[in-house]
Amino acid sequence: MVLFIILAVSAVAAALGMLFSRNAVHSALFLVLNFAIVAAIYLSLNAPFIAMVQITVYAGAIIVLFLFVIMLLGAEQLRGVAGDSGGWQRWLAGGLTAVLLLSFASILFQGNAITPASAAGVIDTSPAALGLRLFEAYVFPFEVTGVLLLAAIIGVVVLSISKKRG
Amino acid sequence: MTVPVEWYVALSAILFSIGALGVLMRRNAIIIFMSVELMLNAANLLFVAFSRYLGNLDGQVLVFFVITVAAAEVAVGLALIVVIFRTKQSINIDEINLMKG
Repeated sequence: MVLFIILAVSAVAAALGMLFSRNAVHSALFLVLNFAIVAAIYLSLNAPFIAMVQITVYAGAIIVLFLFVIMLLGAEQLRGVAGDSGGWQRWLAGGLTAVLLLSFASILFQGNAITPASAAGVIDTSPAALGLRLFEAYVFPFEVTGVLLLAAIIGVVVLSISKKRG
Repeated sequence: MTVPVEWYVALSAILFSIGALGVLMRRNAIIIFMSVELMLNAANLLFVAFSRYLGNLDGQVLVFFVITVAAAEVAVGLALIVVIFRTKQSINIDEINLMKG
């Protein structure tokens, strides 16, 4: 319980740091921190393999890609205007987010109690069990994911090449 | 197991709201992408939490699919941002207002 509170508070703090950093590189580093904390929460939720995948894919691959693009473009800060929307846009954004949060809260507080599956007990979440589930019940979505990744690769290559010729 | 699942739902809702606020408030396209990642991450957290509390492995399998889609989305999105930056010399989304840029 104490561990969860510490992790949750630091996760929210890291997310807020990501949101309010002036420098995009700082935002990316705060996002790494947030992903690492969420990975720690996954560990406490008996999902060790998911936690490792989170570290490898998010913190390892995706954030590196973000940092690479930020430094490639030299876009640490927006030139000219400030990095945020100003005036009424900011208040509108804050109001809409407050509405979203309140609706989440109302659903959470009026919802039916979630039956804790204490009867289910601790399930086997080893990589072997996950792989069996993935290749028995979820083979078709797995293949679709492969096609999606192929489409993403082709799309990125097309986007990168066409500008070079033009 | 002592932490009630509602707490995870609350944490996930807060993280999702911060991500939504980032999408609405920031002008830097890269920061907006990071906020989208934060929202996907909040959804993943819910999947894992309910997988734990319902004793069902399917939630953890779905997280893999979400992570895969997020990776593909980031690759394509950042390529788009690079192309837009080459033509407009800016990634301020308020200046990207033409379909035919």
